[in-house]
Amino acid sequence: MNIIEVNNLVKEFGDTVAVRGVSFSVKPGEIFAFLGPNGAGKSTTIKMLTTLLRPTSGEMLLGGHNPLTESDAVRHSFGIVFQDPSLDDELTAYENLELHGVLYDVPKYIRRDRIHELLQFVDLHDRRDDFVKTFSGGMKRRLEIARGLLHHPKILFLDEPTLGLDPQTRNHMWSYLKDLNAKEGITIFFTTHYMEEADRIAQRIAVIDHGKIVASGTPAELKSQTNASNLEEAFLELTGKNIRNEEAGSIDNMRMARRMWGGGKRR
Amino acid sequence: MKTIYILWLRQIKRYVRSKSRIIGSLGQPVLYLISLGYGFGPIFEKAGQGDYIQFLAPGIIGMSIIFTAIFSGIEIIWDRQFGFLKETLVAPVSRFNIMLGRTFGGATVATIQGIIVFLIALLFGFSPFAWSLVPVAFLVMFLTALLFTALGTAIASLLEDMQGFQLIMNFLIMPLFFLSGALFPLQGLPSALTTVARFDPLSYGIDALRHLLINFSYFGLATDFAVLGIVAFAFIWIGSYFFSRIQA
Repeated sequence: MNIIEVNNLVKEFGDTVAVRGVSFSVKPGEIFAFLGPNGAGKSTTIKMLTTLLRPTSGEMLLGGHNPLTESDAVRHSFGIVFQDPSLDDELTAYENLELHGVLYDVPKYIRRDRIHELLQFVDLHDRRDDFVKTFSGGMKRRLEIARGLLHHPKILFLDEPTLGLDPQTRNHMWSYLKDLNAKEGITIFFTTHYMEEADRIAQRIAVIDHGKIVASGTPAELKSQTNASNLEEAFLELTGKNIRNEEAGSIDNMRMARRMWGGGKRR
Repeated sequence: MKTIYILWLRQIKRYVRSKSRIIGSLGQPVLYLISLGYGFGPIFEKAGQGDYIQFLAPGIIGMSIIFTAIFSGIEIIWDRQFGFLKETLVAPVSRFNIMLGRTFGGATVATIQGIIVFLIALLFGFSPFAWSLVPVAFLVMFLTALLFTALGTAIASLLEDMQGFQLIMNFLIMPLFFLSGALFPLQGLPSALTTVARFDPLSYGIDALRHLLINFSYFGLATDFAVLGIVAFAFIWIGSYFFSRIQA
């Protein structure tokens, strides 16, 4: 049985259709890359799979559970590292993990051990009592990976996990995740804009563009389908060379506002 | 229960750790106590209304509670934009529990602010008429704080970003404060103004505080408690409804 099964998934926002009839499946223990230009519908699809958005129509199953009707079972089954950091900066690394463990109902005696083990795993154990606001981007990302794994999920979603990371951190992160995948059979579902990374890491790839899956298969299959010598060429062949405009979210405005209000009375 | 507790604890930790926030938010009440308390004191006394600091202090306590409480609720917008909200929304926890944890946390913080302002008012010569009723006054502070934190949550759940913040400040928080009778007695006002005050939940919070702290009341304690309880319940209900509809 497939661990992720998506059938004819559609998401409309008013007049715009972000995802128009997407179907794909991921096998248990697979490392699966979900690729596409900006605004292609990657994040929207991930949000629907992870119970953050309700689809307009279509079916999804994660580990045999429906995100719409069995959201708690689905939520227990995956861990996620979002595109933007989602840690609480005012808490320490340990406190962030502790909060996650409580929310996911990990029993106390397991939780404590697991947190220490994971913090060592991502090389943050000696920084565990430092506030997250003092961490670099790479450290935050590592902490988020540790957090995503805390409750022993079957699937780990990673939305552009290596964005802005230096090659050392990237390398460290992937070797760790591949190791985990080999040892524990955790399914990894990730997005990235680094084609070389997808080529090297992913066992299977789906390419989405304008809300539709335009190709899927192993990296080798995609390259031979398009007569390309590398995945980047294959990707450009499949999705064209036009530059996409992603609508600026309100997050840009917020970053500005935070600078203006930051240090004020509420933060 | 545990999830409500851990989210409550998060709010408390964030509050205790931001010293600048605590000190910053005490500036305004102190300024009000000095400028209005001492500035209008002589006139108030000449008008035969007694000591203005006595009358004003519960109003200023109410002011710091409504500001802190609504801001605590509105903090969801920050959590939303900076990602932490998503972490709670993908967790296998009901939205209602998340909302309750946050709201109780925010309300606790606002109550602590109210108690600090109460202590500061003591330095300015305020003295409660019966110390045995002070704990009950703290309860009123918490109820008022709960009501306005839930209101802040409801508003924040509907807003995308902080663009509407000035709007909320000028057309909601300020009117709620100024029309509540925090600064003046509701007795003998133009009837339009008393009518408005009757629809302002903060009026009842401050009235209850006056009843318990200086034995002076317009609505009566039973009415105060009834209105605060019902409105708090309604706002928590509305807040959790809107919160449950958030899509990230």
